[in-house]
Amino acid sequence: MSAATVATIKQALASQVQEAAARYPTKRSAIMPTLELAQQAYGVIDGTTYQAIAELLDVPEIWVFEVASFYTLFDRKEMGRYHLQLCTNVSCMLAGAEELLEELRMHLAAEGPHEGLFSLSAVECLGACDKAPVLMVNADYIEDITPAKLEVLLAALEREAKAAEEGAA
Amino acid sequence: MSDLVLLRNIENPDAPEIAVYESSGGYEGLRIVLRDFAPDQVIEAVKSSSLRGRGGAGFPTGMKWSFVPKDSGKPHYLCCNADEGEPGTFKDRILMERDPHQLIEGMVIAAYAIGANTAYLYIRGEYGLSIRQCEQAIAAAYAKGYLGKDILGSGFDLDIHIHKGAGAYICGEETALLESIEGKRGQPKLKPPFPAVAGLYECPTVVNNVETLACLPHLFRRGVEWFTSIGPEDGPGPKLFCFSGQVKRPGVYEVPMGLPLGEMLEVYGGGALSGRFKAAIPGGVSAPMFPESGFDVKMDFSSLAAAGSMLGSAGVIGLDESASIPRVARRITEFFSHESCGKCTPCREGLTWAAKILRRIEAGEGAPGDVAQLDMLCGSIFGKSFCALGDGAAWALGAALKHFRHEFEALIPAQAQPVQEMRLW
Repeated sequence: MSAATVATIKQALASQVQEAAARYPTKRSAIMPTLELAQQAYGVIDGTTYQAIAELLDVPEIWVFEVASFYTLFDRKEMGRYHLQLCTNVSCMLAGAEELLEELRMHLAAEGPHEGLFSLSAVECLGACDKAPVLMVNADYIEDITPAKLEVLLAALEREAKAAEEGAA
Repeated sequence: MSDLVLLRNIENPDAPEIAVYESSGGYEGLRIVLRDFAPDQVIEAVKSSSLRGRGGAGFPTGMKWSFVPKDSGKPHYLCCNADEGEPGTFKDRILMERDPHQLIEGMVIAAYAIGANTAYLYIRGEYGLSIRQCEQAIAAAYAKGYLGKDILGSGFDLDIHIHKGAGAYICGEETALLESIEGKRGQPKLKPPFPAVAGLYECPTVVNNVETLACLPHLFRRGVEWFTSIGPEDGPGPKLFCFSGQVKRPGVYEVPMGLPLGEMLEVYGGGALSGRFKAAIPGGVSAPMFPESGFDVKMDFSSLAAAGSMLGSAGVIGLDESASIPRVARRITEFFSHESCGKCTPCREGLTWAAKILRRIEAGEGAPGDVAQLDMLCGSIFGKSFCALGDGAAWALGAALKHFRHEFEALIPAQAQPVQEMRLW
């Protein structure tokens, strides 16, 4: 992210933003889709992103910030490689989600330097209450979570991340 | 079950393919509408079908459409509300993932009726598979001439665009949804003017739920008489119910409306997970819960309203003997507090306080007067908040306090001292 400047963001997103903006009669409507595009490309939304989007859509920067700070899916701080979002709403809670959340917190704390690997959020209803408890790992739903399943999943993600890093090195 | 309507393709993994959808009678309803009906006649037919909205409020769909002015001189918009987020509800996701053309066909019919040439399908951002399925269905519908210019040679044009939500329950409220499409924070707006008159971009707009729109192809393919023969007279038609919580067979089921809650929980939900049911929430967490003694209530719009609750989003959550009602009430209240958009004080402040008191009670740190304080808060929120979010929160908490007061009181230690009087505002 540090390498991205207003100019590089604008250049990278320009054509996709134009496509998004064509779906609406006002450019302001394209703020949400543009924020999503920026997040996909850079992983995090920050001041540079606001300015780039404001310039791309020719809208005040405050309009971009207002939207980014209202909707929870826009990440204004850096997330780990895997963003774990555990639903703890009623049906998931009745299936043990709050206990799972504690386990997850302890697991991630105990394993020590997880810097950059996992981020954990307790979230509201994900609309998969028949498969409670439900965990989102980045964009994927993992259903019917049990403590045992969770352990296997975390280990698999850790292996995957390690393999990816070794592959990249 | 051979008489499934909305879920008739649910077991067919190829149903999202347009050819498969067409072979099950898909796009026949649209063909009939464009061939035999003027837009006004579509509205009249939907009015006489007594179709009521499946999103939560249960407003008569035909009547909603009839509020759209005929000669506004402005473009009209159709918005499909697929921002499903009411805890305990997952029917719209199933409809979009498994049979997306049913929704697209319904949207074309609705847009034709209200004279809209542009429609937005607002899908919550978390529903990745729904978004992909609808994107593909829309592309296929364009290729087959069910979308775009001069649909099926009728002279009617329609474009459908997907607008992705980004994690805000409040955007399911129709005016907040429109604000969100306009690229703003999803905060509800004062009504009137109603969206039918001044909605999206200040133009006449209709917002309908996924399941409501999915009913339309069947209504026009099989006729109003067929439609009204299903379920209760004052709100008929096929209906989906979501079962979750402490039930043995959670899932989405197509069930005729009007069955008693207890029977539904046994027959479709499969009964209580352990022991007996203690209570159930009938229509998503905004809908006040019933204790087991109230399980004879019929599951339809009018009966539930008369019994002091609502069909809502038809998300039925079973609570068995092992459930702690104060814990459930705490979690529901935390949800609404988190999702409050912050616009009005009763909802923003009231729910924050209610959640704090509920957490304290659950932790065994409650004080005498806490339950009365919660009663007072419910009264200060219900009917005084800007939109239905605050009302629903206070309504749901109020029912828990009313039916299970003893559970709350039992958690307050006998030797606890009353807290000093709190001045909230």
